[in-house]
Amino acid sequence: MKSINEMHIKFPSKSLNEGFARSVVSAFVMELDPTIAELADIKTAVSEAVTNCIVHGYRREAGVVYIDAYIYEDKLVVLKIRDKGVGIEDIKEAMKPLFTTAADEERAGLGFAVMQSFMDKVKVRSAVGKGTTVTLEKKIVPTR
Amino acid sequence: MLDADYKNDVLTVFLNGEIDHDRAADIRCAIDGRINTLRPKKLELDFSKVSFMDSSGIGLIMGRYRAVGLVGGVLKIKNIPDNLTRIIELSGVTSLGVL
Ligand SMILES: Nc1ncnc2c1ncn2[C@@H]1O[C@H](COP(=O)(O)OP(=O)(O)O)[C@@H](O)[C@H]1O
Ligand SMILES: [Mg+2]
Repeated sequence: MKSINEMHIKFPSKSLNEGFARSVVSAFVMELDPTIAELADIKTAVSEAVTNCIVHGYRREAGVVYIDAYIYEDKLVVLKIRDKGVGIEDIKEAMKPLFTTAADEERAGLGFAVMQSFMDKVKVRSAVGKGTTVTLEKKIVPTR
Repeated sequence: MLDADYKNDVLTVFLNGEIDHDRAADIRCAIDGRINTLRPKKLELDFSKVSFMDSSGIGLIMGRYRAVGLVGGVLKIKNIPDNLTRIIELSGVTSLGVL
């Protein structure tokens, strides 16, 4: 499937960039004329995935976060958010609501649950010691 | 950075802007500092000026529930804007009786 538009960015794993990532992705999808609610859903999911790269992937050490964003036919948005950090040993376990390996930092363990609830599809690929890629998909409902 | 009111043992903190992992630590310190000096019977977190929140905000709410509980107080969250109701509901914090 060929994309109609795409965008690729990378930035250092500084928490300051969480807001930057939300803004860039929301500007990218704006051409699809999303509702305020759809835009908020996408921003929230992006915030979760990017924060995970920074907090867990790189454990707040220096690293690079990558976002590859695509728009396909029928207003389908696909976002690949990726790090080259520690990876996830047991993805199924990690995605369970309330599961967190950073409870002492007041992580709620709800990042994946939020991504799943706010997007149409969430896919996670990960290899220990190599990194993690989260793919988020959402179809913007055609203008009513 | 955060406006707050303290009256009749009730500490009200007015949260604002975007609550994410980047800002959560500062907000946490600001609130816990007040909790520990004032030891309120009730902590109210007012969300009316919050434009965005991800699950870092849920961690913040649960953490303050515990922090104020340690000094014998209770937590209430109020004025939740429409755009935050879904994440609040999904989180299950409502079952703590904070609404
Ligand atoms: N990019 C990542 N790299 C390594 N581990 C991750 C990554 N994303 C998530 N995880 C693991 O999955 C767990 C659950 O993630 P999440 O649902 O977002 O909750 P939280 O971030 O609050 O811990 C994390 O605690 C962490 O152990
Ligand atoms: Mg998370």
